Amino acid sequence: MAVYAFWILATIVVLSAVMVIAARNPVHSVLFLILAFFTSAGLLVLIGAEFLAMLLVVVYVGAVAVLFLFVVMMLDVDFVELKQGFLSYLPFGLLVGAVFLAEIVMASFAGLENHVGNFDASPGAETNAEAIGQVMYTQYMLLFQLAGIVLLVAMIGAIVLTLRHRPGVKRQSIAHQTSRRRSDAFELKDPSSGQGI
Amino acid sequence: MSNLIESFGDFTGFWMVLGQIALFTLVLLISIAFLLLLDRKIWAGVMMRKGPNVVGPFGLFQSFADFGKFLLKEIVIPAGANKTVFILAPILTCTLSFVAWAAIPVAPGTTSGTSWVVSNLNVGVLYLFAISSLGVYGIIMGGWASNSKYPFLGALRSAAQMVSYEVSIGFIIVTVILLTGSMNLSAIVENQSGGFWNWHIFSLQYFPMIFVMFPMFVMFFISALAETNRPPFDLPEAESELVAGYQVEYGSTPYLLFMLGEYLNIVLMCAMMTILFLGGWHGPFDLGDVVKDWPPLLLSLSGLFWFMLKILFFFFLFAMVKAIVPRYRYDQLMRLGWKIFLPTSLAAVLIVAGYVAYTGVQS
Repeated sequence: MAVYAFWILATIVVLSAVMVIAARNPVHSVLFLILAFFTSAGLLVLIGAEFLAMLLVVVYVGAVAVLFLFVVMMLDVDFVELKQGFLSYLPFGLLVGAVFLAEIVMASFAGLENHVGNFDASPGAETNAEAIGQVMYTQYMLLFQLAGIVLLVAMIGAIVLTLRHRPGVKRQSIAHQTSRRRSDAFELKDPSSGQGI
Repeated sequence: MSNLIESFGDFTGFWMVLGQIALFTLVLLISIAFLLLLDRKIWAGVMMRKGPNVVGPFGLFQSFADFGKFLLKEIVIPAGANKTVFILAPILTCTLSFVAWAAIPVAPGTTSGTSWVVSNLNVGVLYLFAISSLGVYGIIMGGWASNSKYPFLGALRSAAQMVSYEVSIGFIIVTVILLTGSMNLSAIVENQSGGFWNWHIFSLQYFPMIFVMFPMFVMFFISALAETNRPPFDLPEAESELVAGYQVEYGSTPYLLFMLGEYLNIVLMCAMMTILFLGGWHGPFDLGDVVKDWPPLLLSLSGLFWFMLKILFFFFLFAMVKAIVPRYRYDQLMRLGWKIFLPTSLAAVLIVAGYVAYTGVQS
């Protein structure tokens, strides 16, 4: 049964990946990309790597693809202009695609000899998450921390790039607003008749 | 989940799983019908109105009448709408909120160490988190496909809001995972056995942690309100500014699906709070010796009773909050999520991780 599940999921992944570049509407492209991510998560579940599958859904589908969708929806993309120059870019695209394909084929044939039939999704541990944690926090601790620092620097960079202090912008100060008392805002007057305040 | 896939191998397992899914769906649909009525009744009660009281005794069949009305109305698709995405959005919302229930353990099993759940995932918490993070797509797709101003603004607001509060929900879940040492939902429930003081909300078995876990519970409740777009965080459908947000162009069955998905998500959040913080199916006292000789089925049913009672309690809280608390301003909402909840929950993760490492409760 798992074999049928694999073929169904694999077909969906390939078809939706093709649709990502074939769809005319960019929003449809992103939606097909999301479908491809989600179905790949299904493939990961099939080989027993459920932790990776869930992470794929949380990180890529739940966060990254949402940003993609945001950007594509907000940009006013001209569909006709987008399709122009397709032929001039085609050779480069084919070249990059061929290189990727060759790399994947070589990598999978090198791996096949060792791994076919005795693939273990969680080596040396009870569950997937434990296996990954053990490797990540012992063997690759330094690289893991370095990756964290790189992300932190990127985050600070993004904030610095977008932070602007424009003068004359009305800002809300919540502390100021919630600490307001009745005596600050009201003043009771008792004007006498015909005189006003 | 690999269990689920292996069970497709033999024929009986396949039909068992199908039957369980059908049972969950049926029970959920019927409960939603009455919970919807309860929501409206509580709301009406706070406002000193009577609420729906015409269809059936006490208006009990009001939801079924509404259901019939929604189904029989014509589906109107706006002329400029993106048809496929427009139809797909409510279906996606509704499906996702049903799918999440596959991992929810509702009662202890009749043999020890098992539980009543469709799929006893090792990464159950993560699965729920992943599925609920997908919920935002239904809203963005619906808002965009309508090709109209208010739905699009509502969808943008909603997406920003859900993404913001997901972060703090994730960190709060991590504190519970750290205390339990497992991401399996049944294991998390079992970790809270032995009386209400052992529930993660009080967590007296990890003594000083009550000062961390109780605030975490309150924050989870508030984040759950924001995540499900309920008042006081219903900015995406703030009717005074955006008419009905992403739902403006929707009517009849597609609208019904949106509403069903929304309420299913609320009940799902109630179930998550019950499982993560309030002991799941455990009663408030451990009656180990008294109920020892009871038939296992009765024990399972009593577990189911406690689980449903706790969900009902949380649903009541959701309804009361809707009736009492005024709506937040959008900048206040973002400030609460990013400047208060995120640092606090991050600090809580550090404290709980330090406690677990120091005392070694998990090893």
